[in-house]
Amino acid sequence: MIHKKDMPSFQAVLQGEGGARTLSLSGRLDVYATDLLVARFQQITSTTGLTSLTVDMSQVAYLDTGGVMALNVLQQQAAEAKVQVALQGVSQQAQGMMDIIHYDELKPMPPKPKRSPGGFVGAIGKGTFELIKDVSDVIGFVGTLFLALGRVIRRPRSLRWGDTELYMEQVGVDGLPIVGLISFLLGLIMAFMSAIQLKNFGANIYVADLVALAMVRELGPIMTAVLVAGRSGSAFAAEIGTMIVREEVEALEVMGFDPPTFLALPRIVAMILMMPLLIVFSDLLAISGGLVIGVTYLDLTVYGYVQQTMGALAVSDILLGAFKGVIFAFLIGGIGCQRGFTARGGAEAVGRVTTSAVVAGIFLIVVSDSVFAVVQYYFL
Amino acid sequence: MEPVVTQSEPALDQTPASPVVKPIVVKDLSLGYGRDPILTDVSLEVEPGEIVVIAGGSGCGKSTLLKGLVGLLAPIKGRVWLEGMEVTGASEKVLSQVRRKIGVAFQGGALFGSMTLAENVDLPLADTARLSKAARQVLVRLKLAVVDLDGYEGYYPSEISGGMQKRAGLARAMALDPTILFFDEPSAGLDPITSAELDQTILKINHALGTTMVVVTHELNSIYTIAHRVIMLDKSDKGIIAVGPPSDLRDKSTDPRVSNFFHRRPRN
Repeated sequence: MIHKKDMPSFQAVLQGEGGARTLSLSGRLDVYATDLLVARFQQITSTTGLTSLTVDMSQVAYLDTGGVMALNVLQQQAAEAKVQVALQGVSQQAQGMMDIIHYDELKPMPPKPKRSPGGFVGAIGKGTFELIKDVSDVIGFVGTLFLALGRVIRRPRSLRWGDTELYMEQVGVDGLPIVGLISFLLGLIMAFMSAIQLKNFGANIYVADLVALAMVRELGPIMTAVLVAGRSGSAFAAEIGTMIVREEVEALEVMGFDPPTFLALPRIVAMILMMPLLIVFSDLLAISGGLVIGVTYLDLTVYGYVQQTMGALAVSDILLGAFKGVIFAFLIGGIGCQRGFTARGGAEAVGRVTTSAVVAGIFLIVVSDSVFAVVQYYFL
Repeated sequence: MEPVVTQSEPALDQTPASPVVKPIVVKDLSLGYGRDPILTDVSLEVEPGEIVVIAGGSGCGKSTLLKGLVGLLAPIKGRVWLEGMEVTGASEKVLSQVRRKIGVAFQGGALFGSMTLAENVDLPLADTARLSKAARQVLVRLKLAVVDLDGYEGYYPSEISGGMQKRAGLARAMALDPTILFFDEPSAGLDPITSAELDQTILKINHALGTTMVVVTHELNSIYTIAHRVIMLDKSDKGIIAVGPPSDLRDKSTDPRVSNFFHRRPRN
């Protein structure tokens, strides 16, 4: 479709009678006119009784690739219709363009690469093989990490502590505001929703128990881990992915550094150290959220709410939440770095591994939390 | 014009009524990032169909000048006209009009990794020309053929070599048959043969289409092959120190910075 503002400024007038005629072209034969030119030329070559056509181009103001293409189509169609075509009055500009654009010399398009055969079943098979490879890659990476960790334990100085501190700041300190805000609001919402029900039974004070237990045992660690996966797991994948794309990781390797020790370990160690602290912070803020509702909406006293909360919680609850954090941090940090190392290609690959790091990270959080729930139920 | 001139003074009659509009006119242009200018009071003119090379040592502001010319970097002061239209301080509408008339070939090709070569070249066509898809497909293949990449339409940038990426970048820059082409270090990182081939492609396009070209490079061989005129910049002067045909700058310049550059000599 040609828009009004791009309306072409050309004219193609067929002159003369009988078999030999002249086509006078004028104006701009450019890319904006190509479609219309081709249509017009089709009309002309199908004129009955036409045997030879002289194309007068002396009035053509400008010819570009689109114009050359249209003229070539004209020549092709004329040849098929057994009409002889001659160009005359070709300007220097038009000749230059025709010298550089060779429509008739275009190589045939190579066939498109075949899609993997097998349709739906094939896709499932391919997906399964990819999954197996992915899982074995992840297991391999975990092995590499443990080897690196072993080296660090033997020689603690081999860990880049400066980098580790930097990542501790990025994961922990910089994450405080958003983790705090989300947890506070979550505590607030949970207290408010449960208050509506518990108020009916005069059990206002149990809002404190509910918020404390739910947040400290379950939601605090999960919410914090999901936020950290989104904030830092993705960042790890993007950073390492970009380094791979820019051949920085290869540079490390040839300088004798072990990329997982150099790049992954400081990040994962930082995350493992920070996550429990973030979780405890999240617990505190969530309880504060509940407290606000308890005091303003349920007529509880601050002292009463805090006492009830302390009574509901055992130290083991807080420790278990923090321990979950250690496991979550290992999974999120590990998968973030592992995905980063799999980036191949360009900007698109970095985007893909980053998305994959977040999705896989959240998936692992939920799976491992389910395992915790089962273990807790049967063994603790 | 004198063969070797320190700081050229162009006539600046760029009123629309002037019979021949120079493709590029720059007046008293100062460019920089932050407070300190990298280039101060640069003035130059480029004639239609001319190949001008912007040369100079590393950090002298070659690429900065290029960015200033195409409107990617707002100047600290000064004015730039492309094809008679002022770029500096222009509205988005005027800028998009100007940009249809120019093409920029970036250093690494700057191809989009998620698109095939054909899709890359098709991008400006699809956005501007509003042609039928079939016609655009042929046009794209013709453009790729000009840079000897026909047959590679379906390849992704990551699947081809650096030299091919640069050529594909050139094909994309030429998609709308611009009247001015800008090149940022076209031969950087290429082997001598590929580099020479790219020079030939540049000359071929210039001869056939009369495209005005501004090439940023410090490859001496390329400069001697393609340049009609060299504009030499210097870091300490923050501006143009010499203008002229490359052989004149090499043989006649008395400025040690210029002759060192053209004779490939160390500073001291």
